[in-house]
Order: sequence, then structure tokens, then C-alpha cells
Amino acid sequence: MEMPTPDPAILAKKSAVVARLMSVLPKDAVIHEEAGTRAYECDALTAYKCPPMVAVLPSTTEEVVAVLKICNEMGVPVVPRGSGTSLAGGALPTADSVILGVARLNDVLETDYQNRIIRVQSGRTNLSVTGAVEEDGFFYAPDPSSQLACAIAGNIAMNSGGAHCLKYGVTTNNLLGVTLVTMDGQVMEIGGAHLDAAGYDLLGLVCGSEGQLGVVTEATLRILPKPEGARPVLIGFDDNETAGACVADIIKAGVLPVAIEFMDRLCIETTEKFANAGYPDCNALLIVEVEGSEAEIDEQLGVILQIARRYDPVELRESKSAEESAKIWLGRKSAFGAVGQINDYMCLDGTIPVSSLPYVLRRIGEMSKEFGLEVGNVFHAGDGNMHPLILFDANKPGDLEICEAFGAEILKLCVEVGGCLTGEHGVGIEKRDLMTTQFTPEDLELQMQVKDVFDPAWLLNPAKVFPLEASASRRTLAA
Amino acid sequence: MQARPAHIRNPVKIRGAEKEQAAVLTPETEIELAEMLSAASAPLRVQGGGTRPIGRPVVGEVLSMADMRGIELYEPGALTIVVKAGTPLADVEAALAAENQRLPFEPMDHRSLMGTDGVPTIGGVVAANVSGPRRIQAGACRDSLIGVRFVDGRGRIMKNGGRVMKNVTGYDLVKLMAGSYGTLGVLSELSFKVLPGVAATACVLLRGLDDETAVAAMAAALGSPFEVSGAAHTPNGLDGDPVTMLRVEGFEASVAYRAGRLQALLAPFGQAEIETGLAADGGVSGTDTGWKWVRDVDGFKGKDGDVWRISVKPTDAPELVAKLDARDVLYDWGGGLVWALVPGGTDLRAKLADFAGHATLIRASEDTRARLPVFHPEAAPIAALSAELRKQFDPKGILNPGLMGGEV
Repeated sequence: MEMPTPDPAILAKKSAVVARLMSVLPKDAVIHEEAGTRAYECDALTAYKCPPMVAVLPSTTEEVVAVLKICNEMGVPVVPRGSGTSLAGGALPTADSVILGVARLNDVLETDYQNRIIRVQSGRTNLSVTGAVEEDGFFYAPDPSSQLACAIAGNIAMNSGGAHCLKYGVTTNNLLGVTLVTMDGQVMEIGGAHLDAAGYDLLGLVCGSEGQLGVVTEATLRILPKPEGARPVLIGFDDNETAGACVADIIKAGVLPVAIEFMDRLCIETTEKFANAGYPDCNALLIVEVEGSEAEIDEQLGVILQIARRYDPVELRESKSAEESAKIWLGRKSAFGAVGQINDYMCLDGTIPVSSLPYVLRRIGEMSKEFGLEVGNVFHAGDGNMHPLILFDANKPGDLEICEAFGAEILKLCVEVGGCLTGEHGVGIEKRDLMTTQFTPEDLELQMQVKDVFDPAWLLNPAKVFPLEASASRRTLAA
Repeated sequence: MQARPAHIRNPVKIRGAEKEQAAVLTPETEIELAEMLSAASAPLRVQGGGTRPIGRPVVGEVLSMADMRGIELYEPGALTIVVKAGTPLADVEAALAAENQRLPFEPMDHRSLMGTDGVPTIGGVVAANVSGPRRIQAGACRDSLIGVRFVDGRGRIMKNGGRVMKNVTGYDLVKLMAGSYGTLGVLSELSFKVLPGVAATACVLLRGLDDETAVAAMAAALGSPFEVSGAAHTPNGLDGDPVTMLRVEGFEASVAYRAGRLQALLAPFGQAEIETGLAADGGVSGTDTGWKWVRDVDGFKGKDGDVWRISVKPTDAPELVAKLDARDVLYDWGGGLVWALVPGGTDLRAKLADFAGHATLIRASEDTRARLPVFHPEAAPIAALSAELRKQFDPKGILNPGLMGGEV
């Protein structure tokens, strides 16, 4: 993955940039020594690293305004950063950029149970939003795997999902309003505690724009009453095709599970060794979870089990207690960690129509042989959001490149069957150069025209989302 | 490919609140549509079925999408449907019903409120981001919309999103196009996430509550785990007295259980009645009729006056309504949506003064809609962004110019 060459003219004015940033921020909020900036050299896509020129940690919207005004005036690119958990390189800096971290913007501003909203500063972590309301019986629905660490700012930038979005939707469906600061330092209140937009749906546009349109400093989020209970069932099958067909039937039957998770043999075996969840010895495994009162859960699981039995499962395990539920989820929840124990891996995020599941899994298996790298599959089957884990050896020269090439082929396959490159992680730098497989040059041009409107000089997170070649003429505007 | 001339058809009467128009552009394919827009230099009035004449009146030739119809793809097992924009909404709903599925957002039919006839199209539903009572639970039209194809004002064919439920590839222009009333592009194809049909419905009814108490009761219900899928209140129910309605949907036993729990939960607000309906009974029980009445604002039917639609924080609603001096009001979305019927020509926003939310003038004379902004005026920096977006998508200013405001 290529990044633009740092602009020497910007590097040359580092001390002036630092001095001006120090004039508007507390001293400890401007990090410019190399020992300090190194902490911001990458996000969770650790294969790519580059310390920024400066990192700033504003504590208020006003400070964000001041920082952006300075960088805008001085023509310095700004890379917004939530908690740095992006798997797509969304927060990867360039050497001539200022990292704007929102970690100090972490207050809860308002909780309102009558209207079922919470207003938070955007550096607040995902899980701590739920933490702020769960004692009163509420929760914030989007639950990305990194929810312990990831910030709402990053969730909004990437329109993050999670295991439970089959029922509750992703970030954009649970976001009611933002305070957005544009690159020229204007503060905009978009949306709020009411529903829907007065004019154009700018909230929908900002969500998922990967920090390229503005910096979100506050957010109004929808909170929901916690269900009375939830219980999973575990179903093992002989092959992926049968599991895929079972998923489609469950969906058609009118039950709406909160989650339908899928694991293949490699993941089942690996996690079993690691977590000892007592998973059956089989080729494909589904975990289906439903919510409601005990009786409602029984009713829904009854429908699901009846469907599953038609497919001759090798294992059918209905949870009867909280302990059994935890055990069923244990393996799934440790899957990424377990695979990480035995290998380096790259986690993909392509989404496909559920009907293509068996075909795509078979093709991935064939490609795995062609590229000579193993793949594990663990994903949200209900909505077709796949997470193939390609195993490679980071210490073996050339392995990362083969892995990336393999990954690109899988993503192209996802697009080919009617899906997309990324379901919940975002494009960042990782999928930037594959965008032309999903979009025509004109599709991309219109999206770049949208960025022109919000950030005419292309200073906000400029080297992301669009292929470098496509955005080249725009990115040099500021210079 | 040889460019075909735009279809200038014989005079066709377009019925609706607007004046009858003589000529109609009626593309049958996306390519034809692109050629028309690329060649166009004068303002166009983009129309689906013409049943929702919302917005500042637009002068221009009518571009009707009614001939671009058909279901392109429907995969019940993947909960997705892809349709051409001019497809009648009824066709989409019938195809879904045949598989026991439905559009999650329960789109309103505007015909009785607007006094229009014609055939509502799915493209019109999206262009106006039309949602019904279930919006509080299942999201708005824009939340179920997962992909669009459209032609922008330069005649470029665009796609965004796709036909999968989770997609964060590139900017989300899908949301931007929903509710943009044909001012950013002409929608040609739409993909939706759909939901399983409803086996049973129950409606929990409270009678005689004042507005503030009703909103509190609805908040209590919506704050419970019993999955309320509709929460509406009218001070003037069918018998003239206030009625507060709460809906639960799902499997029969579950619906009965949740309705019972809601009844108990709402005891402090009065003795609630429970009405039930089963899809197996044909869905024409009192519950479905009642919710259709809410969805289509049937209470205003045949009553004179302008109709406003106000989106607010639910608990703010009763106080705002008290300022309106309205002939009639209807609260939906737990109070978050207020429909108000006021004397013709009233500047309702002047009565509301500053409030957190927005008010849209849905039904009024052409004069009033030319005089009062139909869409809520936006803060200056947001209005500037909107105008600039319009310029990028429609540099010639031909797509419903001025309909949502801004310079023509």
C-alpha cells in the first residue's frame, strides 16, 4: 500500500505549526517530539506505520475549531483519530500530517430516558456509552468487536456494525445528531433529539465518511431498552452449503434473530484448542441468538430448531442457562484471538448476498489452495458480512504481499456476486485501491465532489478511501 | 449506441395539486433517462405517481418515471428486493406479501391527505423519505434503503450502496438521495432490506389522556422491553375523545404476552384496553384499520386548512402544540412527529419560534408554498453546504429547481 510522499514545504514549517497549535491548546495537548508522536504511528492495521508530524489532543469543540483553523490556514493535512482501532488504516498518518485525537473528549453530556437518547462527546468509547445507561435498563446497540476500546468518533467515521446489527442496524441507524467541525473551523449542528433531517440527510452522509468531511466532536445516540433476556442455540453441520441454506430458511421463516454467527472448520478447531468451549467436531457451525421473555425465546428457538432439524445437523445444542449461553458464545468471541495465537492473520470484511454464501465459501477454499495460504471463516451470516481470516507469516519475506493479493481476490469475488468490499470496517487505505472494482470512475468522481463541498482543499484525511491516482489532482490543491 | 430522442408524448394530463402539464418526458430505461438529462437545459419537474405534491411549486416540463417499472431481483432468503423507481408501491408490497414479507417502514399513502389520485411509486416514497408509524421501531425509509441507482443533473448514471445489508464502501449517498425530492438526481433503481411479515398484532389503547400525559405514557411504553412498533395519540379519536394507541407485533403468543405486560405497565395512566388482530384473519381487524388511520393522517380527511408536519423531541411536543392553536393534531412516533391542521396561510414556524426540530409544510395552496419555505430553513453554514451539494449534483439547475428551497 502506497502513501503520498510527505510535502517538504509542510515539514519545513513544523516548528511554526507547533508554535501556533501550542498557542491555542494546553501544553500537554500538543505532542511533537518523536518519542511521543510514535504512539500515533498506526492504528490496528499495524502492517503500515508512520509517525505524524504532530499529534494534538483537544478537550473541547472550541479547541478542535482552533486546531482546524490553524491547519487550514497553514495548509497542513489533518488525520482525525478515535481510539486507533481501525482495521483499515483509517487513522494512519502521513509524516506531514497533524493527528487530531479525540480521546480527551469523553464526557457524557446528557442522558434522557423519556426520549431514549444519550448525548456524548465523540471520544467516549462504545462500551462506556452502554455503561452509562445500563443500570437503568438501556443500551447502545451497535457493538463492534473492539467496543471496549473503540471511540464513538471512529464508529461514526466508519459506520461501524457488530454482531447484533441484524436486528438493531449499524451506527447510521442509531445516530440522531452530531456536532461537526468542518476544515475551515465552522461548527454545525446536524440532527439532534428529533428524527429525520429538515433538508438533505447530511447526517447520513457524514456517517461513514471516514473523517474526510469534518471532525465530529459530539453525538446524539439512540438508546434502547434492554430485552428481558437472550439465549443462543448452537447448530453444527457437515458442510458450509447446508449451514448457508439453513440460514436462509431461518430468515424466511419470520423469526428475526439478533445474531446469526457462522464459523468454519479451521476456526472451530482453532478456537476449541484455545478456549475449550466444547464445540462439536464439524465443518460448519451456526450460533443463532434470539431475545425476549423466556416464553418468547422458547417460541422462537422452537421455530429455529424445527428448521435446523430438516437439515440433519450433526449437533443441536439449545442453551438452558446463562452458563450454557456463555459457553456457546465463548468460542465465537475468542475466535480472532485464538487464530491470532497460532498465526499472523489479515481480517477481511467483504459483504455478500446471503444466497451466495455457499458459492463464495467454496471459491475461497479453492483460492486458498492457489495462493498457498490457509483461511478461516468466522462471520455474521445473517447479513452476509464475511470476515475471512487469511493466515500468513509476517516474518517470511513476501508472505504479506501474497496475503494482500489473496485478500484482494476475495474482495473482488464479493463484488462480483453482488456484494461489496467492506461491510463495517471501512475503506481506509486497505481497500482504497480496490474501489474501482466496485465503482465506476464517475461514481467515484461524484463522491469526491462531495468531499470538495465540505473540504475544498482536501486537507482532512486526504489519502484515504479514494485510489491515490483518482484523488491526486485534488490532494495537491493545497500545496 | 445511437442516442434516441427524448420521448415527447402526446399531451397527458398530470393530475395532482399542480396545474395540468402538457408534455411529459417518460424514459423507459436508465440510458434514455441519462440522455434526456444530459440534453436538458430547462427545469424539469421530476415525478413518480404525482401523489405527493410536496415542496415549493416548480415550473417546468414533467419528467415522469412511471414507465420505468419492474422488480429486478427479489431474494426472500436474503431479505432484499431491488426495484425500478417507477414501480407502483402496491406492486412492491404485493410481491413482498406473497412471501410473507414487508417493507419495514410502513410508508404512508398521501392521497387522501393531499387530495390527489394516481399511483404512488416506490421512487416517490424514497424521494420523500416517507415512513409511517413503525419508523420509531424499524427506522425510516432511508434506514431500509440499501442501494440506489440514479442519474445526476449532468446525465451521469450513478450507483451507490448495493444489495447487501451492511456496506460502508465509500460515502453513503444512499441516505443523501433519500428525502432529496429529486433535486440531486433522478432515482432509477432502489434496493431495500425487507422484514418478515407480521403474524399477529395487538393494540393497547388508553382513553381520555391529555397530550402531556399521553406522551408520558408513550415514553413509558417505548422505554420498556416490549418492542412497541407504533405509539400514537390523538386528542380527537373517532368518537371525538382522546385516544392513545400502542402497537405490538410478532408471533401470536408473544404479542399477547407483551400486550398484557404493557397494560400492566401503563396502569398508572388508566385502564388500558387490548385489541388484537391476526394476519390470518385478513388483517382487516380494528388494529390494522386504526394504524392505517394514523399512518395516512385520516383524521384530517375532508377538513380545510394547511397541514404541517413537525419533527421534535417527543417530550417537547405537547408544549409546542399548545402554541399552535391548531384545528386538529395527531401525535405519532411517541410524540416525535406532530401533524397539525391550521388555517390556510398560517406561518406555523412564527408561532413555534425557536425550537429543536423542524417543521415542513406538507399541504397548502401554491401561493402559500411559494410564500413560506416548505422545508425548515437551515442554519447558514448547513444551507450553504446544501446549496453547494445541489450545484455539484445538478450544475444546470434542472432538477426540481427550488423545490426544497435555495435559489432557482
